[in-house]
Amino acid sequence: MEAADRKRLLQEMVFARRFEERTAEAYHHRDIGGFLHLYPGQEACAFGVLEQARMGHDYVITGYRDHVHALKCGADPKEVMAELYGKETGSSRGRGGSMHIFDVKNHFMGGYALVGEPYPLAAGLAKGIKMKGTDQIAICFLGDGANNQGTFHETLNMAQLWELPVLFVCENNLYAIGTSLERSTPAHDQYLRAQSYKMEADQVDGQDIDTVMEAAEKAVDFVRSGKGPYFLELMTYRLRGHSMSDSGRGYRSEDEIKQWMERDPIYLFRDRLVEEGVLTADEFEQMDKDAQQHVDDEVIPFAENSPEPDVGDLHKYVLSDDDSCAMGQIAGGGK
Amino acid sequence: MAEIFYWDAVRRAHDEEMANDPLVFAMGEDIGLPGGTYKATQGLFDKYGEERVMDTPISENSYTGIGVGASMIGARPIVEIMSVNFALLATDQIINAAAKIRYMSGGQVGCPVVVRSPGGVAHQLGAQHSGRLEKLFAGTSGLRVVTPAFPVDAYGMLKTAVRCDDPVVILEHEAIYNLKGEVPDEEYFAPLEGARVVREGTDVTLIGYLMSTHWNLAAADKLAEQGISAEVIDLRSLKPIDADTLRTSLAKTHKAVICTEDEAPVGMSAEIMAVLNEQCFFELDAPPVRVTAEDVPIPYNHTLEKAALPDADKIATATQKLLGH
Ligand SMILES: Cc1ncc(C[n+]2csc(CCOP(=O)(O)OP(=O)(O)O)c2C)c(N)n1
Repeated sequence: MEAADRKRLLQEMVFARRFEERTAEAYHHRDIGGFLHLYPGQEACAFGVLEQARMGHDYVITGYRDHVHALKCGADPKEVMAELYGKETGSSRGRGGSMHIFDVKNHFMGGYALVGEPYPLAAGLAKGIKMKGTDQIAICFLGDGANNQGTFHETLNMAQLWELPVLFVCENNLYAIGTSLERSTPAHDQYLRAQSYKMEADQVDGQDIDTVMEAAEKAVDFVRSGKGPYFLELMTYRLRGHSMSDSGRGYRSEDEIKQWMERDPIYLFRDRLVEEGVLTADEFEQMDKDAQQHVDDEVIPFAENSPEPDVGDLHKYVLSDDDSCAMGQIAGGGK
Repeated sequence: MAEIFYWDAVRRAHDEEMANDPLVFAMGEDIGLPGGTYKATQGLFDKYGEERVMDTPISENSYTGIGVGASMIGARPIVEIMSVNFALLATDQIINAAAKIRYMSGGQVGCPVVVRSPGGVAHQLGAQHSGRLEKLFAGTSGLRVVTPAFPVDAYGMLKTAVRCDDPVVILEHEAIYNLKGEVPDEEYFAPLEGARVVREGTDVTLIGYLMSTHWNLAAADKLAEQGISAEVIDLRSLKPIDADTLRTSLAKTHKAVICTEDEAPVGMSAEIMAVLNEQCFFELDAPPVRVTAEDVPIPYNHTLEKAALPDADKIATATQKLLGH
């Protein structure tokens, strides 16, 4: 990877971190409602995998911790923030909220609140791709907790049976809200569960973006070449609580949190780039300042100043605008 | 116009829609190689291959979800769920996903998926195979719910549903797959909204859908013998319910009997009653009456099963009482 690209990638990660931290502030000010699940600590997962995929070409789908995946797919940060603010200019027109960011023009097919629900949807995107015969792939990001849902087993079984072009990325952050992996399943290694369906699977460190990119390249190539699905488990950690109503303490020791903080994916990558002579400490400072400024000067004002949806549009988007087809008026039909 | 079986009408719609568009595919348990539990996809596996007529494992929630996901990028899946009782396992994908994706994406993407499933009570299948779950789907914003009672609608509604950009739940009935009826020889698309007057009359309006439409027709025969002229309305669509057709009929008869195969509490009859109250009140001469299933899990014993359900006699009796006969 070119030095310039490595710097660009770090810049993207820093921006995502600042974006997420700023949403927490907005949440405390009650500018953002509902649940808010933040991503700090896990950035190398989304950025490392998606860096190896083709954004706007491949399809991406995930759970409720979805802002950063949407951003990496190409969603306009202003629109994502406006969505969190519930504004008409939001990516989902203010109808979705934090857990339901969609940016279909960039093939980001949504965030979903039901744990495990996106598994079949992802396989369905892959089925659609297969029917169209394109070289696209579907990529599904979910947590370790989702693997205790029936959809994990049902979908992996069918995806492998039908050799669907789908990459399942398990962001194993060791906790499902406050219940640790060890306390929710005897099968700690998630990639082994996938292998029981004869699926190609791997497990790597999810904090080191170079490691993630290397594993993801292999996985993406495998799926794109038509060999069937792939399951990639990334060992990671969320540095914050599960959502804004969870301190993230209580069920995790301070020691453990501290250890993972030392493996913050952004600082690991920064230090690597400094070591490689690609980046100076000053440049990083500047990068960080630019990210913060971008959020403060452009993203937040856009969200704040955007209009609310019109109450008169409450029923818009329930069904398709054009009901002529449902009324049986079909072009070329009834001939 | 040929007389064909209900199952054959469904099969023909599949066949024509699959021939029309290579992105139409069917999936469900035993629908491919084995030909379908109710023969609704018979012969199509050989014609279109296993990628388009897919035998799925017994994973209702996830194969339904695969259909939903595929529909998001332009495929046109027809998902068969072997029995509506099993559709309960797929309600996450139908109700939480398919019904809501268009809305929560602010109109960016829809789910033009068709979910077909037979339900209802048929020949002593017992409590777990006699579900009438239309209330569940008809009570969900973002879905279209239709109940074709005759082969012509089974054919025409499935064809329209495949082309329609909304998720459509088609509730069929275990006991009517072998019903014969006329279906036009030429291609036909039935609307997914609007009730139909299936028998004209002047004294009372009998309202039902799916199996209860057939019971209402039989009741109308019995009532005719006693000089009572009953109009029978087949709702055909449960979401939305066509209040206009009801009002037009009631403007003539001024009296309504509602028959549904599900239980009364929070059932379809309650919704129909509300529609009459809110939108047809001034046409009514008397409070509408409902004839519904008893509020019990459907028993196995034949006599008990019969006692739990409405039938033509019960409808006729209720009608006579309403008319003061
Ligand atoms: C079907 C369902 N059950 C329960 C919940 C409540 N819930 C939300 S997130 C969560 C934990 C999920 O953990 P994991 O899949 O590991 O993802 P993470 O939050 O760690 O990224 C739970 C139980 C839900 N949203 N959906």
